[in-house]
Amino acid sequence: MKKTKLGSVLLSAVALALSACSTAPVEVTRVVEVTRVVEKAAAAPSAPAAPAATAAPAAPAAAVVAASGATLKKVTERGKLICGVSGLVPGFSFVDSAGKYSGLDVDVCRAVAAAVFGDGTKVEFRNLTTQQRFTALQSGDIDVLSRNTTWSLQRDTELGLNFAPVTFYDGQGMMVPKASGITKLEDLKDRTICVQKGTTTELNLADQMGVRKINYKPLSVETADDATAAYESERCDAYTTDISGLISRRSVLKKPADHVILDVVMSKEPLGPAVRHGDDQWFDIVKWSVFAMFAAEEYGVTSQNVEQLKGSTKDNETKRLLGVEGDMGKKLGLDNAFAYNIVKGVGNFGEVYDRNLGPTTPTAIPRGINSLWNKGGLMYAPPIR
Amino acid sequence: MSDTKKTRIPIWRDERAYAVLAQVAFVVVVIAAGVFLFGNLLSALRRQNIPIGFDFLPTRAGFDISDSFLEYTASSNYLQAFQVGLVNTLVVASVGIVLASVFGLITGLAGLTHNFIISRLARVYTEIMRNVPLLVFLVFWYRGIVFNLPKISEALSIGPILVSNRGVAIPWLLEGALSLPVVRGRIFDGGFVLSPELFAILSGLVIYTAAFIGEVIRAGVQAIPRGQFEAARALGFTGMQSIRLIVLPQALRVIIPPLTSQYLNLTKNSSLAAAVGYPDLWSISTVIINQTGRAVEMIAVVMGIYLTTSLLTSLFMNWYNNKVRLIER
Repeated sequence: MKKTKLGSVLLSAVALALSACSTAPVEVTRVVEVTRVVEKAAAAPSAPAAPAATAAPAAPAAAVVAASGATLKKVTERGKLICGVSGLVPGFSFVDSAGKYSGLDVDVCRAVAAAVFGDGTKVEFRNLTTQQRFTALQSGDIDVLSRNTTWSLQRDTELGLNFAPVTFYDGQGMMVPKASGITKLEDLKDRTICVQKGTTTELNLADQMGVRKINYKPLSVETADDATAAYESERCDAYTTDISGLISRRSVLKKPADHVILDVVMSKEPLGPAVRHGDDQWFDIVKWSVFAMFAAEEYGVTSQNVEQLKGSTKDNETKRLLGVEGDMGKKLGLDNAFAYNIVKGVGNFGEVYDRNLGPTTPTAIPRGINSLWNKGGLMYAPPIR
Repeated sequence: MSDTKKTRIPIWRDERAYAVLAQVAFVVVVIAAGVFLFGNLLSALRRQNIPIGFDFLPTRAGFDISDSFLEYTASSNYLQAFQVGLVNTLVVASVGIVLASVFGLITGLAGLTHNFIISRLARVYTEIMRNVPLLVFLVFWYRGIVFNLPKISEALSIGPILVSNRGVAIPWLLEGALSLPVVRGRIFDGGFVLSPELFAILSGLVIYTAAFIGEVIRAGVQAIPRGQFEAARALGFTGMQSIRLIVLPQALRVIIPPLTSQYLNLTKNSSLAAAVGYPDLWSISTVIINQTGRAVEMIAVVMGIYLTTSLLTSLFMNWYNNKVRLIER
């Protein structure tokens, strides 16, 4: 495991070095990009668009703009999307014994594939550890990272990532065995806590325990499976990660009922898909693929009624969403039916949530703040126009 | 008579010139490829707005480390975290080399005895270890054995040593007095505590490498003609004396070069510590890479350090090899 990882990191480094071999197509796409910017400006000649239009031709921006459009071209030529997931978190991304992927993160990948190809099955999933995920994205091994990754300032800047809308608002929690009698963080003095290496969770744990002056022993492990193994064999007294992750991992423990998740939220963990810097068009595609799922839920468009609504709807917003009216898809460089394809093939956000985290699933998590904005949640799609 | 004036072969027909030219061309190609790749790397990083350099080292690391021989807290910086990893690796490597040599010597000699049970046991052990991949063995050893040691509340005491799945506590000199470990709540108090992870990687590497060292020693001893041993016995040496004074010093000449390889293997294999959760140099470096995104810099430094450690080990062993080799007079 370790050796292959060293290999993959090195390969990624080499790939990073070689990735400028694509200079030739980049030159070509620059032209495409410029037209796209002009199109955008022409489509919305409002006040905020003006500075953007003047900034675009400026020299320093050129280097960043250069790669724009390259990802879509690469993905289309390849014929499938390559999506980085965890593969170990039921409800978010999990491989079953038949090798089939399921989960919220997985469905986000499928939605992007549906938007690009009109077919949600044209995705290749790559299982990545927390350690591998960023290098894999930076070096171009994967097109989208949809791996319950927390959005933070440092990742958004120094790590060269762009975060698409949050698909799950989470917080960090702590799981302990019921029999331990631990009810609050203070009870964890001198105890060992399992945490995954290289995560925001690891940093929050150190912060939270430091502020409370609780002397604890961390055990940093590679994967969620390692953490669960250590926790189950009582090598650790507690296991900390995002609350959704704890609920998910609890479902694969031998006796899920013997474990409780403490009533503390140690941090904000907004989880969402990410793409690499430098390709604004691709960023837009991923962003609006997610927004389309939010909007579909809001307008009551489901995978069941989308076919019928496309022909019969009188609602202008729904018409624009489904590509009946306006050239919404074209503005993204996609087919106008991109949102229709997403809803048809994958479902709206509510359907996706219920399928993976709904009350009938083993990983049931109440919708809570992950409801739509008009139902007391935080999920909100900007207008599609 | 033909003209005796010596004519020089024209340079374009001189094979030697081509040989030199080919080598120069090769070096130029290698350097150019290096420059090209490095340039591409820089431009690729710039395109994604990812900074490059070592300026991140003095900033706050923010994560805790489970095992440390140095002063380290979450407010220490990345450089200090890196040093913790370096020291952890050096501890595992140096203690591992010493212990593996001792157990390897025992295994090697056990394989040579005429006692049927002992020599068979040594063979079985050697064959198992030589034919199981190290990573598989380490994961088995850590998850299968160490995790299943008694819980700390029921810690097993072997003399003054306490063994549990929270670690192994051994008596240790603390502030000039011998401190015996005891269990207090959920942790050990007093003595020196090897965490399960340190214990797993250290014992795992020692058990694994000792099998190989045993083979090296057995081969070295068997390379010495029987007559040497028999002559020693004829002169009145005891069995142990003949081995210690006659056979081993000669066998060392055969043993040292392959033994050096085993020492290097052990040092490099210590990077598998991450598989058992021990924060060695490589493990901590991957955390730093993940928290800062500085993969290129960290990989370069880590490779440099492993290279330096291995070269220093080789240098020492070569010096030692020169010392023990047959000096012809």
